[in-house]
Amino acid sequence: MWVLLAIAVVVVGFALRINSMLVVTAAGIVAGLIGGLSPVKILNAFGDGFAGSRSVTVFIVTLPVIGLIERYGLQHQARKLISKLKVLTTGRLLALYMLIRQGTAAVGLTSIGGYAQAVRPLIHPMAAGAAERKYGKLPEKMQEKIKGFAASADTVGVFFGEDIFVAIGSILLITGFVDTTYGLKLEAIDIAVWAIPTGICALLIHGSRLWLLDRTLDKMAAQADAEAMGEDEEVAR
Amino acid sequence: MIKVEWFYWLCGIFFLLIAMQAFNDRTNRKRLGSAAFWGLLGLSFCYGTFVVHKQAPSWLLGIAVIGIAALAGAGFPGRGQERTTTPEQRARFADRFGNKLFLPALVIPVVAAIFGAWLAKVKLGNGKPLLETGSATIIGLGVASILALIVGMILFRPNSPAVPLHEGRRLLEHIGWAAILPQMLATLGLLFTASGVGKAVGRVTDHLIPKGSLIAAVALYCIGMAIFTIIMGNAFAAFPVMTAAVGWPLLVQQFHGTPAVVFAVGMLAGFCGTLCTPMAANFNLVPAALLEMKDQYGPIKAQIPTAVPLLACNIAIMYIFAF
Repeated sequence: MWVLLAIAVVVVGFALRINSMLVVTAAGIVAGLIGGLSPVKILNAFGDGFAGSRSVTVFIVTLPVIGLIERYGLQHQARKLISKLKVLTTGRLLALYMLIRQGTAAVGLTSIGGYAQAVRPLIHPMAAGAAERKYGKLPEKMQEKIKGFAASADTVGVFFGEDIFVAIGSILLITGFVDTTYGLKLEAIDIAVWAIPTGICALLIHGSRLWLLDRTLDKMAAQADAEAMGEDEEVAR
Repeated sequence: MIKVEWFYWLCGIFFLLIAMQAFNDRTNRKRLGSAAFWGLLGLSFCYGTFVVHKQAPSWLLGIAVIGIAALAGAGFPGRGQERTTTPEQRARFADRFGNKLFLPALVIPVVAAIFGAWLAKVKLGNGKPLLETGSATIIGLGVASILALIVGMILFRPNSPAVPLHEGRRLLEHIGWAAILPQMLATLGLLFTASGVGKAVGRVTDHLIPKGSLIAAVALYCIGMAIFTIIMGNAFAAFPVMTAAVGWPLLVQQFHGTPAVVFAVGMLAGFCGTLCTPMAANFNLVPAALLEMKDQYGPIKAQIPTAVPLLACNIAIMYIFAF
């Protein structure tokens, strides 16, 4: 049972934010030593594991072409298309953005969204702008709500979209790991298609929550108004 | 027969070219260590071919891998100055090329899917498969990337063939050592299995669930993935542990689940954990900071009500489709 200490090494190492590569290496060595492997066997396992799971890293062959299209304005073009959504309400805008984010991630275009690239410069200002048009100046609570949901639209969209694309770390990690460890021969694309049902569930659940955000904001605005009225009355008295 | 090793050599050569560029990049203050990191990685990719074919000792590669990890721990690789276009230039290019910009990128999934779904089944005259078994998607990805690059070069006509290499390096230096973290975690999975970590976790989990209950085992795997991910902030790290403990011995071996479904959905159950944890700072705390939120847990609060039902969906999907 002492071998479970190796898991503790991973947990504590990640929790303390020590460099992940070091944590993982240390955990492997600890597991091997407690598990009774000789130093040479541990080195062999590192070598065999690394050689057998090289497929996990092949996603890097897509980087030159992705970098190339970024050079020629991919993100600008995406921004231009997204900014056409301006007429929508806050909730509908975020729901549609999530759909776009998920759909593009599913075909490998993860670089057209993101917090720094899209949410901060584009999506959040548009979402907040739509709310301001409707409710006037927003109380802090509502601002925070919109910010949180704007970030979540991006996160949930990309998480449950990218796994449908084959050249993504998580899919390649699965095939690399189980093929090396258990001697299976899984096709990456067979794993990727099984990300689709969960992707649809994520879209339905989070998409509808984003869609219904308008109602939540209505309520929050009404409440804020009522509170403001209450304060006014007190002042009047 | 088209062999997957060719594409590992392509990756290896790509890393070696990056190493050479990094070595010559005077704007990168860590250029020597960076060149060492990418160079060692490139050599390891090529040497791996001989390890897989048992023509060369594995321990030598083991030492190289630990060396790569040590370089990462020492803060390498670093980044040089980006050699790319300015935002103004990009805006002008976007006006000029419009939606054609999406074309090269879309070549990748389409070609990869053709390889994975169709060419994977094609046999040569001598009865051997055209593509190495179990690697059709990887081969497809390699071919797709080359085709996409050709399409991109024809469309945009950059003034030098080195341009995509510099752009690729820009992205790779941005990712840094994290580019090979998933591969390291897969390696860790092998070590865990060889040392009996999975068996030990399995002994613990045996006491947690009623014997012979499939739904309990599915729930244990999915919820375990989510909880480990919440603790570690990384579903990739949770995957080898939970798979060695529950996913493989219980769900695949004992209950004969379909591996592709079990593992794919298991990973996604881990992602539900990622939505809830401040440990995944990149995804949850960074956007709060970027949006200047008062409450740094705002994004997590927006995500938990989605993560919980989605985890239940994953349990249901695995239970229904894998068995």
